[in-house]
Amino acid sequence: MTALDQLMQAFGNAGGDRAVLADSATAHLVADGHTILSAREIEGVEVEAQATASGISAKVRVRQGVRLKNPVHLCFGVLHKRGSQNISMDVRLEKNAAASFIAHCIFPGAEQVIHTMDAVIDIGEGAEMRYSETHFHGRHGGVEAIPKAVVSVGKNGRYLGEFNLITGRVGRLAIDYAVQAEENGVVELTARVFGHGRDSIVITEKVVLAGENSRGLIKTRVAIEDEASAEITGITEGNAAGARGHVDCLEIVKDRAVASAIPVVRVTNPLAKVTHEAAIGSVDKRQLETLMMHGLSPEEAVDVIVKGILR
Amino acid sequence: MALLEITNLSFQAGTAKLLDGLCLSIEAAEVHALLGTNGTGKSTLAYLIAGCEGYRPTGGTILFDGQSIQTLKIHERAQLGITMAWQEPVRFEGISVAQYLTLKNKDPEPAPFLEMVGLDPGRYLTRMVDRSLSGGERKRIELASILALRPKLAIFDEPDSGIDMLSINDIINVINACKENGSAVLLITHREEIALIADQASQICRGRIVCSGSPEKVAAYYKSRQCAACAVEGCGDDCP
Repeated sequence: MTALDQLMQAFGNAGGDRAVLADSATAHLVADGHTILSAREIEGVEVEAQATASGISAKVRVRQGVRLKNPVHLCFGVLHKRGSQNISMDVRLEKNAAASFIAHCIFPGAEQVIHTMDAVIDIGEGAEMRYSETHFHGRHGGVEAIPKAVVSVGKNGRYLGEFNLITGRVGRLAIDYAVQAEENGVVELTARVFGHGRDSIVITEKVVLAGENSRGLIKTRVAIEDEASAEITGITEGNAAGARGHVDCLEIVKDRAVASAIPVVRVTNPLAKVTHEAAIGSVDKRQLETLMMHGLSPEEAVDVIVKGILR
Repeated sequence: MALLEITNLSFQAGTAKLLDGLCLSIEAAEVHALLGTNGTGKSTLAYLIAGCEGYRPTGGTILFDGQSIQTLKIHERAQLGITMAWQEPVRFEGISVAQYLTLKNKDPEPAPFLEMVGLDPGRYLTRMVDRSLSGGERKRIELASILALRPKLAIFDEPDSGIDMLSINDIINVINACKENGSAVLLITHREEIALIADQASQICRGRIVCSGSPEKVAAYYKSRQCAACAVEGCGDDCP
């Protein structure tokens, strides 16, 4: 079985649609470690990827006015138990372009793997990008994943980003995203992570509402159990008139797990408004009792609640 | 033997006696209205029957189907057939209405239960039971979930409270549907017009049942506010 076949098998197991790689109307990029396994451009979308001395360098361009019907698929992984993957991504959506990206980062058998991602994303005026990233780190907790992204959202642009790591172990995760929105720009960042064992989760997300009437939402949902830990920092700055931002963090803690949430709101324009809410604790008692009144055992009820917030 | 037999039930929180020797019995498939003003112990009684955390009797007995249930947990009581709809139902992120209505019941088709509470299944089954629902919608979904469970005893804690949207007719339909399904209902309310649909009724005041009998009789007594006066002066053996 080739590395591509193996990765695609893992991709399918992680919920990906293997058929997309064969679809000539769908752009994609697939890499195992520092080896590019497959890449496809389509009309209006340029995909360039190359192996460098330090990892993989990739560029994706969606041309002005192009509005993609099919999502661009990105599949990165390390198939070996040990290894590293360093990716440098440069994504640009030109004026009035629209595209969805579905990214899978898969490390099915990882025992000692480091995955880093440094992404620069530029969303042009009136452009819209949806980015959904799903990680699968296997069962051993042997992955150290460090995704970083700097995103700029132009006038009237939209960036809707999702990060999901809810199946298997986390290992060590350190997310660092920073997004700046210009006039009428819209930003939504959603992260859902479920930590077990001694997993460590650090999420830092920052939204700067620099333009008038820009909008920002940082939504984080984390569940941790055993001896896992989570430290969530959501930062929103309102720096222009009419800017509206909100930070919403919910963490459910079980067993000996430890969680913290640091919402930071900063406003430099009196006509901007930024709010925050954070809740950390065990499962809500009233929710638990409601489900138990439907006949669910406490364990079943907790499972339903946790799965719900991570959905 | 009554389905629910409560004898001399007492419950104290700190120094406050919330229930004081309360007696109440409900037959199978009986709709029993419990009338009372705010703070008289209606919800406390509901929580004690349902088995909520922190609610264990300080005296008396609760028998359900002839079995003492006082040491059972909520889900164990639910498995015996006791369930309750909160006065203010909670919201759940990521749980659809369809999933909520089929959590543990064997009926795979939730749509009819939504129709019975006046909600269009086509619009609501895929909605989440979260903050996107209005108070009235959430309450209707809670009532639908109780219908779907087909319990032996359904406790409705002020199903009419706080919402204008939920019409009295809808509540009456739900309660009648419960009865048709063979469920007994403990209907907690402070509105006598709702109590009138019951088979039997009781009024609670200061943690005791002070009047029992036909809904008309109890509603008339309640309407006269005799016990509201008692509550100030001390409700005791003088109450009928």
